[in-house]
Amino acid sequence: MEHIVIIGNGIAGVTLAQHIRKKSDSKITIVSSETEFFFSRTALMYVFMGHMKWEHTQPYENDFWKKNKIELLQGLITAVVPNLKEIILENNTKLTYDKLVLATGSKPNKYGWPGQDLQGVTGLYHKRDLEALENWAPTTKRAVIVGGGLIGIELAEMLRSRNIAVTFLVREKSFWDGVLPFGESQMINRHILEHHIDLRLDTNMVEILSDEKGHARAIVTDKGETIECEIVGLTAGVSPNIDFLKDSGIELGKGVKVNRFLETNIKDIYAIGDCAEQHEAIDLRRPIEAVWYTGRMMGEALAQTLTGTRTAYKPGHWFNSAKFLDIEYQTYGWVWAAAKENEEHFYWEHQSGKKAIRISFDKKDRTFLGINTFGIRLRHEFFDKVLTNKETVDYVMKNLAKANFDPEFFKSHEKEIQKQFSSHFVGVNTI
Amino acid sequence: MSKSIKNISIASHENQDMDGIQKLGVTLGLLGLFIMTLALFNVSFPNKGLWLAGSIFAIFTGIIVYANRTYLNQPEGIKNNGIWHKDLTNRGSWAWMTGIILTSFYIVLYWYPQYLGLNQDGGKSTGIVGFFDPLSYILNGKPASQWFVYGTLYTIAILGLGYKFILKYRHNKYQLIRTISVMFFQLGFAFLIPEILEKLNPEKAYFTKDLKNMWPLNYYFFNDWNLKGMLEGGNLGLFMLFFGIAMIFIISPILTYFYGKRWYCSWVCGCGGLAETAGDSFRHLSNKTDTVWKIERWMIHSVLVFSFVMTIAVIFTFLSNNPEMSFITKDHFIWGIVAFLLVFTGALYLFKRKDLDKDAVFTMLSLVAIIIISLLINYFSGNQNILFIDSNSLREWYGFAIGAAFSGIVGVGFYPILGNRVWCRFGCPMAAILGLQQRLFSKFRITTNGGQCISCGNCSTYCEMGIDVRSYAQKGENIVRSSCVGCGICAAVCPRGVLKLENDTPAGRINSNEILLGNDVDLMDLINQK
Repeated sequence: MEHIVIIGNGIAGVTLAQHIRKKSDSKITIVSSETEFFFSRTALMYVFMGHMKWEHTQPYENDFWKKNKIELLQGLITAVVPNLKEIILENNTKLTYDKLVLATGSKPNKYGWPGQDLQGVTGLYHKRDLEALENWAPTTKRAVIVGGGLIGIELAEMLRSRNIAVTFLVREKSFWDGVLPFGESQMINRHILEHHIDLRLDTNMVEILSDEKGHARAIVTDKGETIECEIVGLTAGVSPNIDFLKDSGIELGKGVKVNRFLETNIKDIYAIGDCAEQHEAIDLRRPIEAVWYTGRMMGEALAQTLTGTRTAYKPGHWFNSAKFLDIEYQTYGWVWAAAKENEEHFYWEHQSGKKAIRISFDKKDRTFLGINTFGIRLRHEFFDKVLTNKETVDYVMKNLAKANFDPEFFKSHEKEIQKQFSSHFVGVNTI
Repeated sequence: MSKSIKNISIASHENQDMDGIQKLGVTLGLLGLFIMTLALFNVSFPNKGLWLAGSIFAIFTGIIVYANRTYLNQPEGIKNNGIWHKDLTNRGSWAWMTGIILTSFYIVLYWYPQYLGLNQDGGKSTGIVGFFDPLSYILNGKPASQWFVYGTLYTIAILGLGYKFILKYRHNKYQLIRTISVMFFQLGFAFLIPEILEKLNPEKAYFTKDLKNMWPLNYYFFNDWNLKGMLEGGNLGLFMLFFGIAMIFIISPILTYFYGKRWYCSWVCGCGGLAETAGDSFRHLSNKTDTVWKIERWMIHSVLVFSFVMTIAVIFTFLSNNPEMSFITKDHFIWGIVAFLLVFTGALYLFKRKDLDKDAVFTMLSLVAIIIISLLINYFSGNQNILFIDSNSLREWYGFAIGAAFSGIVGVGFYPILGNRVWCRFGCPMAAILGLQQRLFSKFRITTNGGQCISCGNCSTYCEMGIDVRSYAQKGENIVRSSCVGCGICAAVCPRGVLKLENDTPAGRINSNEILLGNDVDLMDLINQK
């Protein structure tokens, strides 16, 4: 019987295993050094905040794996030997495979800051990061978070939930402004301050200072300021977790190089999820996509290949979501931080300053290109169809009510949005 | 919130997190309860009316002060920080103590009301029952009973903690309107109107006057004393009888078709009202495992069969003993029931065979069991004896085991241990019937938003009915479950805007996707069309 070994029990690896099991009887082994059972990484923050217990982060009951004949092996892999078709674990046991899938995820970026390996310094990625935070939190008065992205703001929210003062260093001039256009980014800046987080824009960390026990005691910024703190959160992005593959002969770039079929340069070895790097980016996507949804989609696609239907990874229209403290964010299609030459942006913000919508469309033919929505839930299906059918921005405006996904009785803002849109973009451009 | 979560000391580390104003609120509320406790121990207050008013006022003020301070000085949003760290909401010692006190209260209330001060020989009551006399005279013109005390406290709990709930979810209009609805129905329909109607009809024997309290939740609706009370209760009595029957056969099916069972369970029902307000802090304690779902199916359907058989037996005996009060004979009655259920389950089987999930299959089998038992009753029973069991004792057992022990003692007493919907999930026969309809004949569903689910598990954690919402959401599958009461909290706590309660066309309501929206369209077509 064919043996498929999957390294990594995150969303990509687990989705793959389940979809293989639906179509085939192959022997499936998932190897992980982090936890015995699959958990939802996106839920780590909720455990720290006391919204959930650890067990709630596990989407499947513990006997699920046995029932589905998916073998789980706990251990750290130190090397892959493609010639012998085997992998070597930390304790020198070997495991042979017929097909090997690398789904090893990411690790937090560390940019060589002095003191980055001190006690009290952590990313927010692994279960062990959570455990470390749990240990340090009781004696922490202030934490400094370095890196203004999605994980940084989650970590800030977590620490604030335990009444820990938080200083948030953001390299950019405004929060996440590489992705968010000015209006949205400003809105989130304000919301961060509303939550009593000490936001420092345009500020970098230079080094982390140690106390006599090897624990972080302060950080120094590029503005020369020293900030006393007991926890330093490093949330300046992630990169593929592939160090153990260096001598394997598998082609590596920043991640594991794969083609559209998620195949590496070596036969019978594949890579999916955060650790996979496309030779050439698909559409407007990045070559490495460290997103929950893409991990899942790669798993769904590769499962077809591994069960006999060779299938390329062809993701549909881009979408993503996040939550910035109390403000939910969804995006469908592409909205760039700055409108490209052929693009026009329409931005509406509610007077409360907590709801906003931005639509990007083509200047010439008014084709809808993408939407950012804050504090208003929108229907994925609606926008997927709009993008597929290449509808115009005017179509979207007319059908805004249909796109709404807010709970019943919520105040709708469609009229206000439509009014503002027509005063800006109808008449002017069409007459 | 404390930074440490290791502290489980009984000296409430939760209190350490409260500021002065929150503490003041808690103190005021406890003071109100303390005055009532003193009354319970027969401290006689000079101006009973004033003291009673004062204690109720203190409770409300305490809750308002606490809730305002807790929720209004922070931005709107989900307020679940520290839920699993706090002793009271994570089955710690405070939780057990609260559970034990509530449970003891229910035991005394149902079986030893004399300890609450009720004078069962018709004389003047003392204790907390006597303490409530002034209010009872105002409302219904009679001295208070233990049930009046209970009804008042119940209403205070729903109103006070409903206010707290509204502040907690003030960003969510669905929660706001729904909570105002349960507060309104409790105060008006369950409390004030019945008491005032009682006052207006002092000479008539007691019968149920809570319009919204439907059979089979209201299990004594067809008991002989209630039937007699209604039949002899003039226009009001007849109205209650007809309205009660119309609720069961006309109003409820129509509303459930359009809105799902939530119109009742989380908008109108008193049990649901208490669970959603006073019980909100315990909603996450419901068990989500498959095993418990199995237990749920067995239990709720056993109660369903029990309640039907009890009711049929009681009506059967009533008709045998009082043929002059009804134009229906007991033969008509039994055959009527059998015919109705046969047509009903037959039609279900014919048209809905494919849509039946396990819950629905269990409900159908329960109905078939009821048909068989009804027939047996007709052929093997005397006037009083139903299948060799006395119908009165069947009724009493139901009242004891289900009405008191299950819905009260376990249902509410165990809030802090098992969660706030134990009765609704495992015991309520009304919920079982509405659930069958919700599953098969309703426009209601919880829609999932394409591929946006991140499997975080907030929805499942905060589902009071123990539904593993995530297991559907992460497959992009609508949630169409018998037990869902439509409280809307899953949609509220979802950090990615994936869930939405909707009433829409029944077609395509039950869907299932292996590949979620957002992936390769050809792949979706290939895999999902199978």
